[in-house]
This record gives sequence, C-alpha cells and structure tokens, in this order.
Amino acid sequence: MKPLLQLENVNSFYGPVQVHFDLSLTVPENAIVCLLGGNASGKSTTMKTILGLQVPKSGKVTMEGRDITGLPTPEIVRAGIATVPEARRLFGDMTVRENLLMGAYARSDKPGIDEDYEKVLGLFPRLKQRLGQKAGTMSGGEQQMVAMARALMARPRLICMDEPTMGLSPLFVDRVLELIATVRQTGVSVFMVEQNASMALSIADYGYVLQTGRIVLEGPAGDLLADPRIRSAYLGDTAA
Amino acid sequence: MESLSSLMAMPWLDYSISGLVIGSIYALMAVGLALIFGVANLINFAHGAVFTVGAYIGWTCLVGIGLPLGVTIVVVAAVSGAAGALIEWLAIRPLNRQSRIAPLLATIGVALVLDQIIHIVFSPTPRALSANIPDWRLQIGNGTIGAIDITIALTAILSAAALYAFLFRTKLGMAVRATAQDDDAAKQMGVNINAVNMTVFGIAGALGGIAGLLVGLYYNSIDPNASFQMMLKGMVAIVIGGMANVPGAIGGGLILGLIESWGIGLFGASYRNLFAFVVLLVMLLFRPNGIFSRGKERPAEPMTGTFVTQTKAVTLPKPLIWVLIGIAVILPMANMPYITQVMTNAYLYGLAALALTLVSGTVGLVSIGHAALVAIGAYASALLTTKGLPVSLGIVIGGAAAALLGTALAYPAFRLRGHYVAIGTLALGEIVSLVILNWEGVTNGALGVFAIPPLEIFGFPLYGTKASYWFVLALMLLMAGLQVRLLKSHLGRTWKAIREDTVAAETYGVASNYYKGLAFGFAGFTAGIAGAVTAHQWSFINYDSFNLLFSVLILTMAILGGLGNVSGAILGAILVAALPEMFRTLAEYRMLFYGAALIILIRFRPQGLLGSG
Repeated sequence: MKPLLQLENVNSFYGPVQVHFDLSLTVPENAIVCLLGGNASGKSTTMKTILGLQVPKSGKVTMEGRDITGLPTPEIVRAGIATVPEARRLFGDMTVRENLLMGAYARSDKPGIDEDYEKVLGLFPRLKQRLGQKAGTMSGGEQQMVAMARALMARPRLICMDEPTMGLSPLFVDRVLELIATVRQTGVSVFMVEQNASMALSIADYGYVLQTGRIVLEGPAGDLLADPRIRSAYLGDTAA
Repeated sequence: MESLSSLMAMPWLDYSISGLVIGSIYALMAVGLALIFGVANLINFAHGAVFTVGAYIGWTCLVGIGLPLGVTIVVVAAVSGAAGALIEWLAIRPLNRQSRIAPLLATIGVALVLDQIIHIVFSPTPRALSANIPDWRLQIGNGTIGAIDITIALTAILSAAALYAFLFRTKLGMAVRATAQDDDAAKQMGVNINAVNMTVFGIAGALGGIAGLLVGLYYNSIDPNASFQMMLKGMVAIVIGGMANVPGAIGGGLILGLIESWGIGLFGASYRNLFAFVVLLVMLLFRPNGIFSRGKERPAEPMTGTFVTQTKAVTLPKPLIWVLIGIAVILPMANMPYITQVMTNAYLYGLAALALTLVSGTVGLVSIGHAALVAIGAYASALLTTKGLPVSLGIVIGGAAAALLGTALAYPAFRLRGHYVAIGTLALGEIVSLVILNWEGVTNGALGVFAIPPLEIFGFPLYGTKASYWFVLALMLLMAGLQVRLLKSHLGRTWKAIREDTVAAETYGVASNYYKGLAFGFAGFTAGIAGAVTAHQWSFINYDSFNLLFSVLILTMAILGGLGNVSGAILGAILVAALPEMFRTLAEYRMLFYGAALIILIRFRPQGLLGSG
C-alpha cells in the first residue's frame, strides 16, 4: 500500500518539556490506522502536529510525499487532510447546512461542492431532515454525524479523528464505528486517536501504541488485539 | 398630581425619536465592537478613534472638497475601514501569543496616537459640519421628525442590512460567524483566522467611521475629543446586548439612546453620560450576559492568571536601591528648581502607580478607573482643608476616604473577571468624575476647588520647592517600603494566589472578596494620599483633573515598570512623567509619546522593564 501521511522522527516540545521522542508513523492510502495511548501519552499532540497547530522541533510530516511540516493549518487542509476534532467542536449556533459548508471552506469548486453535499447527505440520510436545525441543539450522536459529514465535505484524502467515540452512549459507539468503515469505503483514509483500544482495533487495519511520547508497539490490528501486552494495558485483562 | 400632569405634558414622542436616532448611531458603533469581541475576544478601545477619523474624513469630503453626501458616506466607509484593518494588522496581530490584556492595552495606545494625530492635523477645536440636508420637519402626532433624522436612520438601517447580507449570504461572512463561535475549529476547516480578524476590524472601522459622520451631521459639528466617550457608548450598548451578540448590539444601542434621551428630558443634559455608566454598572452586576440572553451566569472567561503576562521579576540589588535613594535625596542640592518640581510630580504619579500595580499586577484586577481613587483623596482633603482643617490631617483623611469609598465602590466589581473588571472600573472612574461635576453643593461643580492650602508638616507650611520635594519623596518611599513588606507577607502570597486562580484559591478556603477588599483598601489609601498631596501642590483641582486619560497614564506607568513590581511602578512613573518634561519639544506631542510608548512596550516587552512580580 502506498503511504499517504508520514511522520518521520518527530520531536515535539511544550516549552522545556519533550512530548514526542523520534515519533514515526505511516498512514497508507485507503486504510484505517489508530493511535492508542493513555492520558498524557502525546496522542493529542500528534494530532496537533499533523494539523499544523503545533510545530515540531525536528522531524518531518509529509502528505503524499510533500513536506507539510509547519505549514499553516489552512494549507494543510488544502493538502487533503480534514479533521473531526476532539469533542467534535461543531459551530453550535450555525445550522447543520452551514456546518457542512464550513467543511468545504478551503475549496472553491462550486459544482464539486454541490456534488459532495448530495453525496454526504446520501451517506448520512438522517441529516437531510435536520439541515435547518442549529447544530448545538442536536444529540451527541447526531453531532458526531455532522462532524464526520463536515470533514468529508473537504473532499479529503485523509480524515483525522480525535477520540471519535468520546462521550457517546455505548449504542452509538457501534454506529460510529460503522460510519468510520463507510468513510473508508469512499476511498478516504482514517487516522484515529483513541483511548478505547478494543473498539479502535476492531475496525482498524493497523495500530500504534504511544506511551509517554514513544511508540512502544505497532502492528496489524489483529495482532495487536491478540497481543498480551495490549490486553493487560488496555483491555483490563489482568490474567496476562 | 400637578407634577404628574407636567410630566405627562413633556414631549415624550420627540424625546423618543431623537433617542432612536442617536441610538441608531450608538448601534453602528456597538455592532463593530461586538464583531471584534466575537472573533478576537477583545474590547477595542481604538474604536472611538476610528469614529473620529470618520468624522474628519466626512468633513474633508463635505466641507473641504464639496462632495455630495452619498459619495462622502462611501469614502468615509472606505477610509475608516482601511484604518480599522490597519489597526488589526499593525497593532493587534503581532500580539497573538501574548496575554489577554496585551491587545486591549495596545488598542488604548492606538487610540491615544490616532487622537493626537487628528489634533495635530485638524487642530483640537471642534468644527462646523453641514451637509445641506433640507430643514423640513414632519409632524407626527404631537412630535416631529426631520429630514436629518430620516437620513441618519436610513443610513444606519442600510449599513446594518449590508452587514447582515455579508454575514449570512457570503462565504467570508460565514467564516466570520464560525470563527466567533470556535476559532480553533474554524482554523481546522481551513479558515485563515488573520484574514477574518482583519476583515472584521475593517467592517467595524467602516461602520464606526459612518457613525462619526452621522453624529457630525446630527449636531452640525465634529469634536476631536469625542473618541473615548463614543467608544464607551458603544461598549455600554454591547454590554446591554450581550458582548458578542450582533443583533443584541443593535438593540443595546437603541435602548441606550432612548434611556439617554428620556433621562436628559427628566434631569437635564449635564447628566447625559451618567445614565450610560449607571446602566453599564447595573448590567455588569445583574445581567452580565446582556438582556437578550436567558442565562444570568457571566460567561466563562478563562483568563485568570493568563490575563496579565507573568515573568520572573528583576530584583534590583539592595546597594543599588540605596544608591538611587541617595541620589534622589540629594537631587534638590543641585539647585535646579525646574527638575526638582518635575521629579516631585513624578513621585506623586509614582504613589498612584504603586497603588495601581498592587491592584492590577499583584491581585490581577486590571483597573482603568484608577483616577477615581486619586480624585476622591484629592477632593476630600481639598474640601476639608479649605474649610479650615489642618493639611496633614486632610491628607490622612483623603487617603482614608479613598480607601473606604474606593473599596465600597469596587466591591460589587469583585465578582467580575478579566475584561469585565476593566470595563467596570472604567465605568466607576467615569461615574466618580461625573458625580463630582454634578454635585455642585459639595464639590463646586465644574468650577473646581480653588485656593487649596499648601503642604505642611505639623503646622509648618512647605512653601519651598525643595521642602515639598523631600516631603513627597519620603511619602513615596514610605508607602513603597510598606508595600514591599506586605507583598512578602502571608497577605502578599494570598493576593498572588487569587490572581493566579481565584477558584482554586477559594477551594483552599481563601475568602477572595475579603482579600481583594484589603488590596483595594491599601491601594485606595496610597492613591488617596497621592491625590490629596497633588491637590495641595497644585492649589486647584476640578472634575477633569483626574480623568480617564489620567487612569490610562498611571496604567501605562505600572505596565512600563512591570505589573505588580514595586520598584517598577516608581521607575515607570519617573520615565513616563518626567521624560516628556525633560525634552520640552516632546511636550506638545505628549499623548503621541504615551500612546506610542504603550504600543511599543506591549509589543516588545509586555512584562515591563523590570518584569512583573
């Protein structure tokens, strides 16, 4: 599989504190990759680094071979990376329709935007009846749909999702997983940061485990699920 | 009953029409402030200066060149819009990564600079403005409405409609709304936040400039000194409407216009500004989210601790301090009476700056109404001693009065944070000054207090320049020493804890209002003494001696030295008060100097010369 997004030997700092130590990872084309880790492992900083919200001290971020390290966020969005931010961060006072159009903000191909608008509504038919509703008044699950639809409106090659199941009811977690799988079927790669390891690995192709800024384990999702170290650390399997 | 019928007989409809017309101009001002507060989370104190720029561009077009009104409005919008965008680009954007108070202070600096430039270019006296608008008036019921009223209302409505179309019908407008809600998320959608900010400052500038032109047309004259007052009107309107709420700002402007117009009808024109500030205080205290929002909770402003730039303070070595004190003590021996006098004034400013640096730096309540404390001290001592009380007693009473009254007045503001403290203290400062102006029986009103007796110690008057110099120096060193001792004590640590995180401090059992009260009390005493001594030095004071500019000046001094830093406050006072005096050529451009100093300082050394303590 061709690599889409790559982080190579990234070292990030918050002031004097080092957050990432030679972090390297790859998201191939048309794949779901998850990054697992507990609190303060550096997950969110990884997300920020990809999106250009945090500039690493050394190392490189490339998208389809192009160096995007330190580019302003709008440029990175234009390079084909869209996000579903942590806690979704919808524009709550704006309508669902406006939220979707904001997703396409970096584009200027009107016919393409219209086409994707229809396509996204086809993917999330439930939003069709809610187009005029203020996004902030919807349920958590519906908001997650809007956030994913909004990301798709950028016609990205890659969607970064920060804890997509956080704060959702268990019933809806399964629904979100289905949605992520649907997104991948449209040819878009997904890079997902999660605490919920079993859930993330159940749909991912490949996984990385981050611990205090270092990748300590990586492999195909199936292998990781079976790995005793993962089981003990994340799946609460004390027997291992 | 007779009074009721005379009340009924007043021309209420006329009052309401003029209130709505003036209110629509306030609304134009307020909309710009609300937009800026929305996307940049900033109260733009330079908004009034843009208003004045608009007024003068309008004058140049209408009177200077003789352009028709329609063209003039377009030119005014374009030029003042460009001015607004430039302010964002040059003064605000470079401060992106600084503490929240930095851009607010920068806009104060920009306001001073722009106002002074207008004074230099157009002279500081008001000039006539007429636009040949027909003079007819239409009779409606028992009121009348004139062509000028219709022109103004129509311009305001069209401007608001254009703004609405921009916000809701264009892509950039959508980005503006998105940024106002969540700038991080907007950035992740590919929105260029800088471009949005610049656009918003430009739009606000254009609307503010048009407001300046309209006010000029309404009164047939433009006043280069109206900037701050108009900015404050806009600010009151957005507080009524709910800060970042654009339709609310329009409603707030109209309401303020009506309140003012009715109030003037009932109480007379000299109270005009008082209504605005009383409304402001009432709103801040009871409906900080504005009257159009249901919630009574004040919006979370996560700026405690980060509002003021914190750094490690420079500690001056003890020997150096003693050497500097020594130099200060023997300075009058050089027999340069002018310099001695200038330095005496600088030390008086130093006393006031010591008080402010305690409240704003150590406790973190950034005050733009500090002049009020100084004025209370000055008036208390001046009024009592002109009636025969000994001067030394008057000074102490002046300090005590400022401590008590100041704390009592500021107490309701203690629950406010960040921007709201700045707005609230500003309103308090204006209210104190307006009460002094209007309470003629006690304060002598606009005439001020004359023939205030000179300084004295135990009945011996200090007539000489040197004697008063030493007296003031001793007083300042005494208060500074006291403040240093306090800061090192348990009390000082508690104050800093409140500044860093009020909520956390309270969970550890700190009764934060009590400690804020102590800080205001001590600072009020120092500031009151400064005011009292100043009154005896000058022998004349009036309501305008300690105005908003005075507050801004003291704040500049405290920031220059480093907020919270005791020796910094004194250094800042000496630099700001004495430097323009030493270079007489600068004196004429003093405000330009202060404003530019403030902007440069915040840009390049926000922690002040000696660092904040």
